[in-house]
Amino acid sequence: MIPVVSRRIFAAIGLAALLGSAASAADLRLLNVSYDPTRELYAAIGQAFAVKWKAETGDTVKVDLSNGGSGKQARSVIDGLNADVVTLALGWDVTAIEKAGLINPGWQGKFPNNASPYTSTIAFLVRKGNPKGIKDWSDLLRPDVQVITANPKTSGGARWVFLALWGAFANAGTHDFSTVAGQAEAKTAIGAAKDFPAYNDAATRGKVAEIFNKHVPVLDTGARGATVTFAQKQIGDVLLNWENELWLARDEFGPEKFDIVYPKKSILAEPPVAVVDKVVDQRGTRKAAEAYLSYLYTPEAQDVIGQLHYRPRDVAALNKYSAELPKIPLFTIDETFGGWPKAQTTFFADGGVFDQFYKQTN
Amino acid sequence: MSRRVIPGFPLTVGYTLFYLSALVLLPLAALALKAGQMSAAEFWRVITDPVVTSSLRLTFAVSTAAALVNAIFGLIVAWVLVRYDFPFRRLFDAIIDFPFALPTAVAGLTFANLFLKDGWLGGLGGHIAAGINALTEKLGLGALLPADALNWLSFPYTGETAGIVIVLIFVGLPFVVRTVQPVLLEWDPEYETAARSLGADPATIFRRVIFPAILPAWVSGVALSLARSVGEYGSVIFIAANIPGKSQIAPLQIVTRLDDFQYAQAAAIGVVLLAISLLILLAINGLESFSRRHERAA
Repeated sequence: MIPVVSRRIFAAIGLAALLGSAASAADLRLLNVSYDPTRELYAAIGQAFAVKWKAETGDTVKVDLSNGGSGKQARSVIDGLNADVVTLALGWDVTAIEKAGLINPGWQGKFPNNASPYTSTIAFLVRKGNPKGIKDWSDLLRPDVQVITANPKTSGGARWVFLALWGAFANAGTHDFSTVAGQAEAKTAIGAAKDFPAYNDAATRGKVAEIFNKHVPVLDTGARGATVTFAQKQIGDVLLNWENELWLARDEFGPEKFDIVYPKKSILAEPPVAVVDKVVDQRGTRKAAEAYLSYLYTPEAQDVIGQLHYRPRDVAALNKYSAELPKIPLFTIDETFGGWPKAQTTFFADGGVFDQFYKQTN
Repeated sequence: MSRRVIPGFPLTVGYTLFYLSALVLLPLAALALKAGQMSAAEFWRVITDPVVTSSLRLTFAVSTAAALVNAIFGLIVAWVLVRYDFPFRRLFDAIIDFPFALPTAVAGLTFANLFLKDGWLGGLGGHIAAGINALTEKLGLGALLPADALNWLSFPYTGETAGIVIVLIFVGLPFVVRTVQPVLLEWDPEYETAARSLGADPATIFRRVIFPAILPAWVSGVALSLARSVGEYGSVIFIAANIPGKSQIAPLQIVTRLDDFQYAQAAAIGVVLLAISLLILLAINGLESFSRRHERAA
């Protein structure tokens, strides 16, 4: 039995808590569910956004961050993780959340540049001095070269690696994304693209299959795991991974151990962002969530993005960091492969091209 | 009708059945239901996919190998810990539980680093050869050994099947030791004295007197160790090469399907994994009760 007096106290505390929460309704928390390597990026962005939001609205906002493999993160959101926004490695994972009814169709048009505030690409990390002389994609086919990448079935970054390999061997058309003119040219090319002959290129298929079947000794489940295998476990001659991940590995393990090599051409990776409509409408956080994602496109956020080795959309910011983000010709998934849904079904879905590689060898 | 020692038989049985249903049967039913979302043909296609069958084969092969090693060495460890007194015995006894407490991912990572080509064990022969050469060079004899002379002492198991088995032996070790140990502790040495006075030699005493007593505990320890290995994920993915169709364990196939949003497929592989495990556990238990009856008859 609880005495009457203390019951009153409990009631008072309850009332106070209720009033308290109402009074501080302007204290917001957002959850950003992101892919593996973005920890540092969104930690920096979150703090800067909080300062800006406070100045503009007087409200306090704190952005919590969850990192993990892109596919796994999308699955968590589908399974009920209350993410206000998702910032994932590839459009397909956002599409999966859209199909589950949590994000409204048309999310790619809600923010500029296909809802990708920055881009990245796939490059090579080799041992210091590049002892095997690996300069371009075709060098990966040499019998003495061992290639480290993650498994495209479980890693978003590795899917970009797979597409970069395929597009490079299939001679995909490239553009110069460091200029406004080049970006416009790419946009026109995407509009004109049809049939996507890269898919039917038998020679390319043979080369990509050969790399995965004969040159990849270990398939890690995630991009970070592949980096650890190459850098720490010292397995393999070349690591194929996100550009930002290569810079991170080089900074982390020491520039005296590794060199970053840029191939003659690579893929333009566009990690997308989206507001999770169902969650923000339920929680009443839409305004802040949209402001947070829009903030990614501001010059100050674009500068942070460039600093952390992601490629800013803003041409000024991109050129500022051009020493570490060198200009290389890039091809797009939309022009070369007709977008994610098509690439996903053809290459990575159950029974797709990637699965077939491993069936032939058994 | 057995004697009711605990009062309130209907209450305790009801509680037990509810507890087991909520905790074990309910999730199992959900799993089966998820797998049941697909047609029989689709289910068959998923579980007969060569990559899936090879992952199932690998999982049960490495788990069986690890369980067999634990069966023999776990028994020896339990025996030594109970029957002999030696310095730091209690410390070693405590160490047995270590694999229970250590997160398996940490164990996997540690073993993977040990068995790397230049790791402590993976490059052991090279390290010893280098040490000997450094010593002989200091003595003015020059390098005595070619750098690879002792490579037969190296165990470069990271990325190899042997590495997976070693990790699973580590993970499953406590099960056999901890099930056999209490039986040995309870064991009355007078039985042995009696057997010896009747003229039995030590081998016969172990085989006919001691072993039948510890058999049930030993078998359940081995079965637990096996079951633990079949479901193990965290430690294995760090040491395995994870190549589809070659070195992917079945739990990794499940995770791969989940990351592809193929929930039903993942559940189907889970159901098969569970069904095979259940069959093996039933077979082990059947074998044990058969041998006990056989022993009594003989």
